[in-house]
Amino acid sequence: MLAAILFVLGLIGLLTRRNVIFTLMSIEVMLNAAGLAFVAAGARWGQADGQVMFLFILAMAAAEVSVGLALVLRLHRLYKSVNIDDASTLKG
Amino acid sequence: MVLTFYVAAVIAVICTALMITRLKAVHALLYLVVSFLALATVFYTLGAPYVAVLEVIVYAGAIMVLFVFVMMMLNIGDRAIQIERAWLDPKAWIGPGILAAILLAELAYILVAPAGSPGIVPEVGPKEVGIALFGPYLLGVELVSMLLLAGIVGAYHLGWNAPGEVESLYAMESSRQRAVVSGDFVRAGVDRPTDTP
Repeated sequence: MLAAILFVLGLIGLLTRRNVIFTLMSIEVMLNAAGLAFVAAGARWGQADGQVMFLFILAMAAAEVSVGLALVLRLHRLYKSVNIDDASTLKG
Repeated sequence: MVLTFYVAAVIAVICTALMITRLKAVHALLYLVVSFLALATVFYTLGAPYVAVLEVIVYAGAIMVLFVFVMMMLNIGDRAIQIERAWLDPKAWIGPGILAAILLAELAYILVAPAGSPGIVPEVGPKEVGIALFGPYLLGVELVSMLLLAGIVGAYHLGWNAPGEVESLYAMESSRQRAVVSGDFVRAGVDRPTDTP
C-alpha cells in the first residue's frame, strides 16, 4: 500500500515537472517504492530474497543516477537550461 | 513497533508529496533526504536492518551527494549568492527539520524499547541475506557488477571534456567577444546588399 502510494507520487512528479533534476528525483522515488514492495514481500514470508532484490535495485539506481546526472551536465552545457522540453529533438 | 511503522510511512508520503511540489530543487532535495530516512525506518520495522542501513548509506548518502554536486555545478556564478541567502531562510529547512526530528524521536524510541520486543514480522538479518546473495543469486551479483562497470564507463564518457570540444567552446567564446568588439566591421560586411557585385 505504502509502496503503491509512493510509486504514484513519483509518477506524478515525473509527469508534471519539467526540470530534469526533478525528473531524476522522481525516478529515484519510484525505484525506492519498487524496492519497498520487494522488501515487504520478503518480510511477509520471512525470506531473504526480497532484500537481495532490493540490493539489485539499489545498484541499478546508483548506476542510473550517475549516468543521468552526467547527461544533465551535458544538457546544461549544451542548452544552458535544465528544462526537459529543450532536449526533445534527437539527432540520428 | 506497528505505530513506528505507520508514523514513518506517513512521514515518507508527506515528504514525497512536498518534494514534488517544491519550486526550488534544493528544497526538494531536503525533503527527499527526509523521505529516504523515513523509508529506512520503515525497512527497519519490516525486519530488514541490513537494507535499512544500505538505504541510509547509498540513497541518503551517495546519491544525495551526487545531486548536490550537480546542483552546485549548475548554479555557478552570481546566483550562488542568492542561493546562499535562500539557504539561510528558516522557512526552507523548518519543514524537513520537524519531520526529521520526529524520525529521530522514533529512532530513540526503538533504541530505548526493550531489545526482546518482537517486530511486526520476524527479522531477516544480514547473515541470511549474504547467504542468499552469494548462493542462488551469484549470477545476479555478477550481472550487477557488470552493470555498475557500464555505469562508471558511461558516466565517465559523458562527463569527459573532449579536448577538441573544449577548444571549440573557447574559440566560440572568444569569437563572440571579438564580434562584440569589432562589431562594426562585421556588420559592415553583413549589411552589404547581396545583389551588388
